[in-house]
Amino acid sequence: MSTSMQHIENHITTGIPLSQNPKLAARNVDVFYGDKQAIFDVSLDIGANEVIALIGPSGCGKSTFLRTLNRMNDTIDICKIKGEILLDDENIYGADVDTVPLRARVGMVFQKPNPFPKSIYDNVAYGPRIHGLAQSRVELDETVEKSLQRAGLWNEVKDRLHAPGTGLSGGQQQRLCIARTIAVDPEVILMDEPCSALDPIATAKIEELIDELREKYTIAIVTHSMQQAARVSQRTAYFHLGQLIEVNPTKQVFTTPQHELTEAYITGRFG
Amino acid sequence: MTDSKTTNSNTLTESKNMKPTQLTTRQKVELSLSRRRAAETRFRMYGMASVFFGMLCLVVLFTDIASKGTAAFKQTSLKTEIFLDSSYLGLTKDSKVDEVRFANFEGLIKRQFAKNFKPSGRKETRELFKLLANPEVLDTTISIELLMDDDVDQWFKHDRDLSTDETNDRLSTKQLSWLNNWVEEGRLDTHFNTLFFTNGDSREPELAGIHGAIKGTLLTLMVTLLLSFPIGVAAAIYLEEFAPRNRMTEIVEININNLAAVPSIIFGLLGMAIFINVFGVSRSTPLLGGLVLTLMTLPTIIISARAAIKSVPPSIREAAYGLGASKNQVVFHHVLPLAMPGMLTGTILGMAQALGETAPLLMIGMVAFVVDVPGFINDPSTVLPVQIFLWSDSPERAFMERTSGAILVLLSFLVLMNTTAVILRRRLERRW
Amino acid sequence: MHSLPDHYGTLMALWTGVPALILLMTWHLLEAPVIDYLLIAQLPAEIQAADSAQIQLAISKVYNLASSSGLTADPSLMPAVEHLAALNERTAILNSGIALSLCLVCFVITYRRIQPKLRARTEMESIVNLLLLSSSGIAVLTTVGILASVLFEAWMFFQQISPIDFLFGTTWSPQVALRADQSGSSGSFGAVPLFAGTLLISLIAMVIAVPIGLMAAIYLSEYASSSVRKYAKPALEVLAGIPTVVYGFFAALTVAPFIRMLGTDLGLEVSSESALAAGLVMGVMIIPFVSSLSDDVINAVPQSMRDGSYGLGATKNETIRQVIIPAALPGIVGAVMLAVSRAIGETMIVAMAAGLAANLTANPLDSVTTVTVQIVTLLVGDQEFDSPKTLAAFALGLVLFLVTLILNFVALKIVQKYREQYD
Repeated sequence: MSTSMQHIENHITTGIPLSQNPKLAARNVDVFYGDKQAIFDVSLDIGANEVIALIGPSGCGKSTFLRTLNRMNDTIDICKIKGEILLDDENIYGADVDTVPLRARVGMVFQKPNPFPKSIYDNVAYGPRIHGLAQSRVELDETVEKSLQRAGLWNEVKDRLHAPGTGLSGGQQQRLCIARTIAVDPEVILMDEPCSALDPIATAKIEELIDELREKYTIAIVTHSMQQAARVSQRTAYFHLGQLIEVNPTKQVFTTPQHELTEAYITGRFG
Repeated sequence: MTDSKTTNSNTLTESKNMKPTQLTTRQKVELSLSRRRAAETRFRMYGMASVFFGMLCLVVLFTDIASKGTAAFKQTSLKTEIFLDSSYLGLTKDSKVDEVRFANFEGLIKRQFAKNFKPSGRKETRELFKLLANPEVLDTTISIELLMDDDVDQWFKHDRDLSTDETNDRLSTKQLSWLNNWVEEGRLDTHFNTLFFTNGDSREPELAGIHGAIKGTLLTLMVTLLLSFPIGVAAAIYLEEFAPRNRMTEIVEININNLAAVPSIIFGLLGMAIFINVFGVSRSTPLLGGLVLTLMTLPTIIISARAAIKSVPPSIREAAYGLGASKNQVVFHHVLPLAMPGMLTGTILGMAQALGETAPLLMIGMVAFVVDVPGFINDPSTVLPVQIFLWSDSPERAFMERTSGAILVLLSFLVLMNTTAVILRRRLERRW
Repeated sequence: MHSLPDHYGTLMALWTGVPALILLMTWHLLEAPVIDYLLIAQLPAEIQAADSAQIQLAISKVYNLASSSGLTADPSLMPAVEHLAALNERTAILNSGIALSLCLVCFVITYRRIQPKLRARTEMESIVNLLLLSSSGIAVLTTVGILASVLFEAWMFFQQISPIDFLFGTTWSPQVALRADQSGSSGSFGAVPLFAGTLLISLIAMVIAVPIGLMAAIYLSEYASSSVRKYAKPALEVLAGIPTVVYGFFAALTVAPFIRMLGTDLGLEVSSESALAAGLVMGVMIIPFVSSLSDDVINAVPQSMRDGSYGLGATKNETIRQVIIPAALPGIVGAVMLAVSRAIGETMIVAMAAGLAANLTANPLDSVTTVTVQIVTLLVGDQEFDSPKTLAAFALGLVLFLVTLILNFVALKIVQKYREQYD
């Protein structure tokens, strides 16, 4: 497909990118790394308590886009953003928005598990501590326990809360990171290929987890695995060379995709 | 999940007054913000203050030394006229050089001045002797500039502006009145202190110069360079390219890393115990100093040379091997030339380090009072840092001035060497 | 053909030159001790029986007599003087003679070996490799030399003064009777005041250097813009490049009087050679050391850890203080240990700004002396090489060497293990 290597001029996203009362709304977002543009005019809504999967071939910008949702790109000096991203109708890129409370509301789980070199307890307690969420030691203990339970890790670590977090297996470490994120009581959880460094069993456990978490949180997950996207998400967004090609209910994307590029990707013609 | 839209209607102050259990997570986070922002600002301030403190120390150090030292480059002298009485001096037009050298110029000057004033500690200068190289000037009156004693020198440079009521405890009132007269007559003034650069050490501050120290430093550094560069590069090549990866090599590497961190004074002890005692190298010579400094800089040079060799990409070596070159040929024809800029930079930096070293050289005897300028590496000499150390002990103000001046000279050498290294690195750096 | 003509030529040159050179160097090195040994047999019998100090003295006299004619000749030494003259003559001739013949022999042997069959390049390369190997051997030899010399002299010291007295004694007064009948010659060599002084000054230096160096490193690597970093880092490095004698001068002539003045204004008793002055300046000198080591260590912490913390909504200083520094802690500890080792071994600043009198105190306003100052004081001057005074310096040197060796070794190991964690 010759068009797969080029951008589409004046592209309009196929499908249903927007929705009613979205939790997060991106409007005409462009992202630049220095002079190089990585994201082209993306508008997308993410509804409350839904799981939306962001898929696409390597380098299509899905991780970059994900990171704009909690301003993680701010840590990279040469990254510039144009456009708006609204969290509950407030632009997070507004002039006096403080990223500190923002990231307490929009949490992130990274591709490679990155527990701090602290004990399991302290890893989970870090967030509540710095934000002043717990008034007493008892409250903190409760928060830690609840978070570890929600992350499905409690039973495995309850007897060794003071062991170092880095001593856990890969899958456990990732669940620890999820627990850590949950402990801050966010509203949205962003997941950047959370299972790509894990074995199938650990992956299955995390996918189960995502389904449970959906009750409380809005989740956006970037994934390389179409099967995973099909298993966990309700809506799927297909990115291609920095443009948002198609957004539709997951079942539809994977059975009868509307756009030819989407079809080419899911049938394995590239990516 | 709490509906953030409705509870957000509480203002921050209202939130502060509510009980903690009633607050939403968002509100709790908002409450913590001001404290945390303040902590962030404070922390940032500490960081800036630390960097600033470092700069400040640098500035204070330089200003202090510069203010003390620039005066050393000027020397006060008196313009006066002397009649060269050949009968007093015992010289004729045909007198030999030696006779001229030993003639009593000092007496001549004193006698001249005694006619008018009581002598007040003026010193003769070798200028008189130089003038006498031309025998025609015998029995004529010539005008020369007489070097002033350090007391006069210091008074002229620093104290002159003080009111004359103040008693200067080094010069008597009579002397001060003469001096003031000469100033008014325009005969007492300062000129550039070339003696500082052309004379060796001396007990008299106004005659003391760093020529001997500079020559000693140059000779010592030359010995150090000639020894440490080849040995260092050879060792680096061996360790990096030829040495087998076994326990022995590991030990040698650990050894070198440790030697790089050994206090310099220990090398002085080594110099004493082995070079002087066992091998009988003469004390206080550039040769010995160079040997000791070589041992000291060798680890530094080896380490930086190894880094330079490591930075040559394997692709170059593979290409050379592919053409059938032997290992030695690959190393000497390809790797070494490419690593040379890095090695040179490292060596220059190592030399700069050696230039400022004092402690080990003290131990090998360079602390003696050496007046003569050394001829070559086996003559007793001193080096500039040691000269600074020796002069700093003297209480005379003039010596303090000269010490600072010598420090300025030393620092300019260092700046020169470091700048050369940086320029060399930039010019010759290849981007792989 | 295996080798080029150049290789044969180089091989010849190497075989002819190198053995002879080695011979000359070894001869030169061993000349003095061997001649000394031969001279002893010519000395008067009573001197031969005397202790080594007397023998050394006699030998130096012989040398003096031989080189200048102005001194009164001591007839008992004349046979030795004549022997020395004869030896010197013979040495020069023997020396060059043997070297030249060696050259010749090697030349002839190598010449006869030159044939197309000879794999000259390989042989040449082996010789070159041998030379390279010996160069790295010199580094090892240096350590061996240091250990040998220091150990030997220190051992001689401990023959005269017990190690317990040395290491644990609290009076340092290194006076030794020059003649048996001299009074007031009770020398005590208790080094504890020296250790205390060294520790006091090093502690003051660390109190300055560690917080400032660490904070500067943190600011420059996490907060500063790249233009600030471009100028501030080299500027701090300049502090490291200033010779310690300059720092010493500054400490002695500016800082110490200033502190004294401040002290008297505040009504405190401040010595003119206070430990505080020396410690302060030493601290400033060590700041860039701590700063650049910490910088390396902090940069080794992977970005993923920072991302994890920022992702949770932590501020920069929270991330630095609660995540990065704890993660970097082993590296920082290693850096501090290396800095302490540097402070302990520093000589010039303390030689110029700290005192000479051993003083067991914890008051930074007092004057103390350190191990390095004493080493310098004991050895700079005309001492008999064997007196306990001189040997004490070697004993101190041994302690210094061992302590810094251990500190460096442990520090390097810690930093190495820390790095491996994150690679």
